[in-house]
Amino acid sequence: MRHFAVELEELNQALLAMGALVESSIHCSVQALVNRDERMARRVIEDEIRINQMELDIDARVTRLLALNQPVAGDLRLLIIALKINTDLERMGDLAVNIAERAISLAKVPLVKPLIDTPRMASLVEDMLHNSLDSFVKRDAALAATVLPADDEVDSIRDNIYSELLEVMQSNPTVVPSAIHLMFVARNLERIADHTTNIAEDVIFLVRGIDIRHPAAQKL
Amino acid sequence: MELAAVTTIKEPATSDPAGEKPVEKPLLKLQASNVNFFYGSYQALHGISLDIRERRITALIGPSGCGKSTFLRALNRISETIRQTRIEGRITLDGIDIQSLDVTNLRRRVGMVFQRPNPFPKSIFDNVAYGVRINGLDKRLPLKEIVERSLHRAALWDEVKDKLNDSALALSGGQQQRLCIARALAVDPEVLLLDEPCSSLDPIATAKIEDLLFNLKDQCTIVIVTHNMQQAARIADETGFFLMGKLIEFDRTEVMFKKPSKQETEDYITGRFG
Repeated sequence: MRHFAVELEELNQALLAMGALVESSIHCSVQALVNRDERMARRVIEDEIRINQMELDIDARVTRLLALNQPVAGDLRLLIIALKINTDLERMGDLAVNIAERAISLAKVPLVKPLIDTPRMASLVEDMLHNSLDSFVKRDAALAATVLPADDEVDSIRDNIYSELLEVMQSNPTVVPSAIHLMFVARNLERIADHTTNIAEDVIFLVRGIDIRHPAAQKL
Repeated sequence: MELAAVTTIKEPATSDPAGEKPVEKPLLKLQASNVNFFYGSYQALHGISLDIRERRITALIGPSGCGKSTFLRALNRISETIRQTRIEGRITLDGIDIQSLDVTNLRRRVGMVFQRPNPFPKSIFDNVAYGVRINGLDKRLPLKEIVERSLHRAALWDEVKDKLNDSALALSGGQQQRLCIARALAVDPEVLLLDEPCSSLDPIATAKIEDLLFNLKDQCTIVIVTHNMQQAARIADETGFFLMGKLIEFDRTEVMFKKPSKQETEDYITGRFG
């Protein structure tokens, strides 16, 4: 195998390793919240350092490969999306940390309400991320396309959580601080879903060479 | 016989923003239809069909021996100068079969620049004036003006204006190649064929030739054979990929380098060939 192909494969593996760690961070942050597990939350916070290091490593690899190889076609598309997926994964890691920090705060006070929608939303988001990374591994645009509609369902659950928490806050203002934490958790999960959607769109660009983002804007 | 490769480029939708007048589409300058070419019994080209559009740069890429230079040389019938060659199919210039044209007139209209700069052992002035003198063309302009204009068009004037009577052989390789382009331009060709014109030049001289070709395309149609894929990507509007005497893919250059439709093209341009 040519040297460049070996380096592209190493980049591929580096992205997947980062994806796996981010997937784990998201899962653990929600588990820490649901199980009121402060130790698990702290692990998520610690793992962010590794995610950040991976981001720097991947950026450096892509920059070097672009500078030295003048890639075209599939190689070029891979390097372009590697930079984007890298940024999306790092942002997801930050959002997982934010959930973990709120889990630590919430573990110190009684629950304002049973957590039903949040774990359901988290499970949906985790599936989205898993499928988008899987579609990247398999170079499967059809699988990537299945991720996109799930984002609407995530938005809808977030809206439910917001209105439910609003009611709780109106009826009992003493729980407002905890409810705000839970609102931010829902918002963070929704943002993670958005980043996951970006990855799925990138995979479609990688495989098919077409840009499906912002369809309304493209018609202008 | 195998089907010829698809060769007419699909243009992206074009219209002027106000939608008032249709955007002028480039005309087809040269059209090859089902061209086969033989060196003796060896068939070097197989059923090549390709449309070359007017005032565009068309690049032909592919590995050594793929037939791209053979095809280029067939476009002004310079391939006929090689013995025991035979061509089948049809190539037209402005819709007229080039076989029916006077070959000298054809080669005046379709000029050629070769891989290695090949100035004549004459002065810079006489090199550029050569074609005009033997053709006895364009009585409207004095020879001096034709030479100056050609050197300007080849972006060489400023470097040689004070030494037009010096030997062309004293010029650097890059300057010699631009001189050869000026010599070709002096007879006002409609098409300029270039066979790896930058392969013996350094990056600075290469950049000058590329800029020159880019500026020339307003005035003439350019077909360039190049081994340098980045060069094709930088300057060509359309690119054709040849492999083993066949035209595998022909499309807008951006498409060829972003998402070619044929695996063979992808393998070649990404260096995974063979």
